Amino acid sequence: MSLDRSQVETVAKLARLKVEDQEMDDYVASLNSILELADQLQAVDTEGVEPLANPLDAAQRLRADKVSETDQRDKLQSNAPQAEKGLFLVPKVID
Amino acid sequence: MQDKTLKQLADGLANKEFSSLELTESYLEQIQQQDEKYNAFITVTPDQAREQAKAADALREQGKAGPLTGLPIAIKDIFCTEGVKTSCGSKMLDNFIAPYESTATQKLKDAGFVSLGKTNLDEFAMGSSTESSYYGPTRNPWNTDTVPGGSSGGSAVAVAAGLAPAALGTDTGGSIRQPAAFCGITGLKPTYGRVSRWGMIAYGSSLDQGGPMTQTAEDAALVMNAIAGFDERDSTSMDQPVEDYTASLSQPLTGLKIGLPKEFFGTALDDGIRSAVMDAVKQFESLGATVKDISLPRTELSIPAYYIIAPAEASTNLSRYDGVKFGYRCEDPTDLMDMYTRTRSEGFGAEVKRRIMVGTYALSAGYYDAYYRKAQQLRRLIKQDFQAALAEVDVIMGPATPSTAWNIGEKSKDPVAMYMEDIYTLSVNLAGLPGLSIPCGFKNGLPVGLQVIGNYFAESKLLNIGHQFQTATDWHTKKPNA
Repeated sequence: MSLDRSQVETVAKLARLKVEDQEMDDYVASLNSILELADQLQAVDTEGVEPLANPLDAAQRLRADKVSETDQRDKLQSNAPQAEKGLFLVPKVID
Repeated sequence: MQDKTLKQLADGLANKEFSSLELTESYLEQIQQQDEKYNAFITVTPDQAREQAKAADALREQGKAGPLTGLPIAIKDIFCTEGVKTSCGSKMLDNFIAPYESTATQKLKDAGFVSLGKTNLDEFAMGSSTESSYYGPTRNPWNTDTVPGGSSGGSAVAVAAGLAPAALGTDTGGSIRQPAAFCGITGLKPTYGRVSRWGMIAYGSSLDQGGPMTQTAEDAALVMNAIAGFDERDSTSMDQPVEDYTASLSQPLTGLKIGLPKEFFGTALDDGIRSAVMDAVKQFESLGATVKDISLPRTELSIPAYYIIAPAEASTNLSRYDGVKFGYRCEDPTDLMDMYTRTRSEGFGAEVKRRIMVGTYALSAGYYDAYYRKAQQLRRLIKQDFQAALAEVDVIMGPATPSTAWNIGEKSKDPVAMYMEDIYTLSVNLAGLPGLSIPCGFKNGLPVGLQVIGNYFAESKLLNIGHQFQTATDWHTKKPNA
């Protein structure tokens, strides 16, 4: 499988990235060389093999549904690009 | 003091030959004098280090010091450290002051370690050379025209150049073992889930694992004693008893069965590395070990499997960088979409964007089965290959890397050429096994690393093997510029 410019643009858009025109050729070439490498996988017979998500085959641990953290809103919001009255501010979404 | 191991420094502190403050000052001075050449540190924290050292000395005065109290250490800038800039080598987090402490660094603090600062890395740990950092490349002290390996290159150089007696690194596909090999130090990637990932900035969550980077296997055991253990806050942390990793260091290796996978000695391998590794194997035979040829048939396929799984996990993990709650935000966004897109395009470097796009593609509708599911199926086959091999032998040995450190800039334009250099380390992460890299020789003045791979939770065995080798050889004592 290989990607053309418009597919690279689509993938970039899905990832909320913008590829500038002058970088486009580089990205098309490098993404295709990576996918060419990945295509080696297609030759392997994996019929009936269960995918491995956790290397130790461990199941996700559950915890009791109770409060474990204290309120640290001001401290956490001190890293926010824009916050006011305990709210994160973003550009206007609704007209 | 810069030529002393962590163990020797611990003994010196215990015998009151010097104070933690004197020790800490000597390392801060080294960093100030030398780091301009190497760029190993992104942030040095002298005030905090002095405070911690004074507190350690006070504990010792009161007779309350533990075995590790007052020892300096450097931290890869991927661990959140409360009140200290935690950048992950990215413009995206250049302004990020971590509001909390990672479990691994908290455990170091609890054991009495003194943090000297935060070390350089490939941006978001994605790389094998520490060239992709927003803060510029780190240089290898054995030859400053060459890379130190990566992504934990700053930590490796800090230890190799005597700027810190030990360091903390992380390893997703070789990021502890490969820079350890390139810089002539000891590096241990523990079993997946052995060291908590809480507060460690995520790259590939099913692969990421923190571990020690030190001068010796014995030093790595000391650091492991502080950082290993179950953590409620890490959902994939393993609830297994923690050993004293120094307890079995001195055990003889008589009867140890070593497997040599033929796929680790193929045409990709540099001849100088091959002969250094085979000399090390002979050394183990003289220590009482036996050697058996084995096969890990899917070693080469670990490269495509890893370079689908890791970017897929990265693309989801890095979706949190959107300019809303923390980190970089672009100037004057016109609307929400413009803010997301420009924030991410301006905040991430080229390799990070590339991996996010590969991962996004591999997870997208219509391609998921062909790429992501297929890679995860292969991952199980790779794990099964290791399990079959480790049923026959105690440990697997081979080179940590196919070549020694390359020149800065040499591979940075060709990502796939760089990925091929990870051939001997990736499969260990895919299987979640522990792996150790120890110095075993030189090729043209550049260090060579021997990799030792063990079964799940066999860290003590790996460190015992490393310590016995370092008792019989002196490769680990060689220093750059010496």
